[in-house]
Amino acid sequence: MKTLQLMLAIAAGALLMACGSGEKGGGETAQKSQADKLAERLKDGKGIGEIKTVTLTDPLEESMVKSGKAIYEMKCSACHKLTDQRVVGPGWQGITNKRKPEWIMNMVTNVDVMLDKDPTAQALLEECLTRMPNQNVSVGDARDILEYMRQNDMEKAGSKDGAVSM
Amino acid sequence: MAAAALVSASMGCKPTTPDAASVGDAAERVYVKPGTHDEFYNIVSGGFNGQMSVVGLPSGRVLRILPVFSAHPENGYGFSEESKPMLNTSHGYVPWDDLHHISLSQTKGEHDGRWAFGNANNTPRIARVDLKSFETVEILEIPNSSGNHSSPFITENTEYVVASTRFSVPLGGDAERDVPINTFKENFKGTVSFIKVDDEGHMSIAFQLVTPGMSFDLARAGKGKSHGWFFFSTYNSEQAYTLLEVNASQRDKDFIMAVNWKKAEEYIAAGKGKMTKAKYAHNVMDHNSHIATSTMMEEVLQLDPVELKDIIYFIPCPKSPHGTDVDPTGEYIVGSGKLAALIPVFSFTKLMKAIEAQDFEGEYAGIPVVRYESALHGEVKKPGLGPLHTEFDGRGNAYTSMFVSSEVVKWSIETLEVLDRAPTYYSVGHLSVPGGPTAKPHGKYLVAYNKITKDRYLPTGPELTQSAQLYDISGDKMQLLLDFPTIGEPHYAEAIPAALVEPNSIKFYKLEDNTHPYAAKGEGQARVERKGKEVHVYMTSIRSHFSPDNIEGVKLGDEVYFHVTNLEQDWDVPHGFAIKGANTAEILIMPGATQTLKWVPDRVGVVAFYCTDFCSALHQEMQGYIRVSPANSDVELKYSLGETGPQ
Repeated sequence: MKTLQLMLAIAAGALLMACGSGEKGGGETAQKSQADKLAERLKDGKGIGEIKTVTLTDPLEESMVKSGKAIYEMKCSACHKLTDQRVVGPGWQGITNKRKPEWIMNMVTNVDVMLDKDPTAQALLEECLTRMPNQNVSVGDARDILEYMRQNDMEKAGSKDGAVSM
Repeated sequence: MAAAALVSASMGCKPTTPDAASVGDAAERVYVKPGTHDEFYNIVSGGFNGQMSVVGLPSGRVLRILPVFSAHPENGYGFSEESKPMLNTSHGYVPWDDLHHISLSQTKGEHDGRWAFGNANNTPRIARVDLKSFETVEILEIPNSSGNHSSPFITENTEYVVASTRFSVPLGGDAERDVPINTFKENFKGTVSFIKVDDEGHMSIAFQLVTPGMSFDLARAGKGKSHGWFFFSTYNSEQAYTLLEVNASQRDKDFIMAVNWKKAEEYIAAGKGKMTKAKYAHNVMDHNSHIATSTMMEEVLQLDPVELKDIIYFIPCPKSPHGTDVDPTGEYIVGSGKLAALIPVFSFTKLMKAIEAQDFEGEYAGIPVVRYESALHGEVKKPGLGPLHTEFDGRGNAYTSMFVSSEVVKWSIETLEVLDRAPTYYSVGHLSVPGGPTAKPHGKYLVAYNKITKDRYLPTGPELTQSAQLYDISGDKMQLLLDFPTIGEPHYAEAIPAALVEPNSIKFYKLEDNTHPYAAKGEGQARVERKGKEVHVYMTSIRSHFSPDNIEGVKLGDEVYFHVTNLEQDWDVPHGFAIKGANTAEILIMPGATQTLKWVPDRVGVVAFYCTDFCSALHQEMQGYIRVSPANSDVELKYSLGETGPQ
């Protein structure tokens, strides 16, 4: 689980943890502002990772939905149902009404850091008790999955993207 | 340090106590801090275990055991349906062989970090391990061979890997092979096979030299100026066939056989080779499906070097030479006469002159024998007892292992002077210097792989691990740093800088690339299908459940194939699969791969299966049930995950 350790190390550096090697961050001010930034990002509900903003379009992009469905079936469906039933992980029904698109894509592409630092992800881990595996999904693929989730929400919940303006 | 040198000197050539002459800060110099990596990979032959081990240097930590010629209970190699064909031979399935030597692939005389080759000594084969996945991906059987010891040695651009025979035997059809043993001189032949390696690594036998009956021991390719030649040590030029320890040690000199393989290529281009019937297996593991296939080959191209002149020459070499090693420049060829009290060093330039001038002392079995003095650069006098193998540091020094006197002797290639001695514990065989056999040795460390261990570690009954010692050879004096136990009985090993291998190491297999015909790429594809008496379970595994995990409708008389696809796409998350009573053991499935366990139920009942690799907090919950009914039962085939019945 080297990836995990590496990512934790990076996260630890960024957060100026008491037990970390403080001098690596590059000056106290820089660290503080990094920590502030992180706190801000956690507050805005977008999660932690390289996804800062996601532009959503309507109507849904059919080719993305199709690709997202294929990735879902291969890499996600073992743990996530399309209904609201929790199996290993939470069901996906209504997810775009609960979580911002950035949070969803960060969770998919940066899961180890999210599980370690993001309060919402941590709460889900406490509930489900199985760490969501890193399925090495690219940012492009994660975007396709998001499109598929939006379509699923329209089908199952009757509305989508409710969390965007939260 | 002076004290250390004194101790080692005073012990002379026969160290009998375990008090090692190690230096004071040795621990610090081999200490690899938690979370940090070793500087070198050492790919180590496992000898009679048929495997390779991967050892980190300088720590001596075993990083992994690689199954090559032996079935491996750790990951199902040789047990899973996909990998069984890797161990197929013209004699059928051989689950355990004897792997002696490693050759790492080279480009322009230097390690390139692509592949490691190994030899099966008993049922002659050459294997190729991919250093990206550290998996055995190809095995080629060698026909007309017996005791594939002088193998696999490699040319400077990996053009060829050679494989030659330790035991000469009669060759040909049944009538020619069924001869009295005492007709050795007339009927027994050796063979030297040149295996072509293409850009993808795929091996094929380009040609086979049929030689006089004798034993080939070890070999090295020429390099630089001697590229195009290959040197093989021989013994039993007496052609003894009984009590060899006496009868094969009669002559004052055996030979180093020099092979001009470019000349052989010319003869082949001119159509002089003879295609001969042979039967040998060629086994290849497909990277994307992880399925091995075994193809039976039917012929091999042979050359007769007695008839086709100028391919081979013999150089006399004292007393049953073992190692023949070529220095980094390609000029010097070191013969280690294991029963001799000196080490002869031959000069390639002088050898070429002697051949050109036909400066021969005679012929052996129709092959010219170059005059010893004419090819000789000089002799290392009184180096020690029982010289076996020589490695180089790239600074003009050679290091020779002394089996009988249990020491490593450092000497100057140019002046032939002995410069230093270090005791080993005990009875050293091969040596390994990082890059030692290449044109550019790294020369920082030397590992001595010993044959006898005795008192070096806590005793474990009559059977002991083999011992190895790590020396720092960066200074004038060799310094003993570390003593570490090994896996199997290492013979040769090669070490390569981690930087040439580590960045290419793959972390998992992409599900998208999985072409296994029974893969379930996603839980939606998990299912069970019956084909007559065969039941195929397309199963998926992910932390922490199998799908399906309830199966019914299997009957006595069925053969059940569990094709398990690991849906994980992260590093270091294999899943295992085991079911009670499986005669083919267990399997371990890497992320993104599919592996198959065949299970033939032998009694009625509900049988549990489970994951054998601790994968998550809910690993103990990763399990399932399969119901086995009598042969005539009408329980219908069904499967599910997460379905519960009416209470």
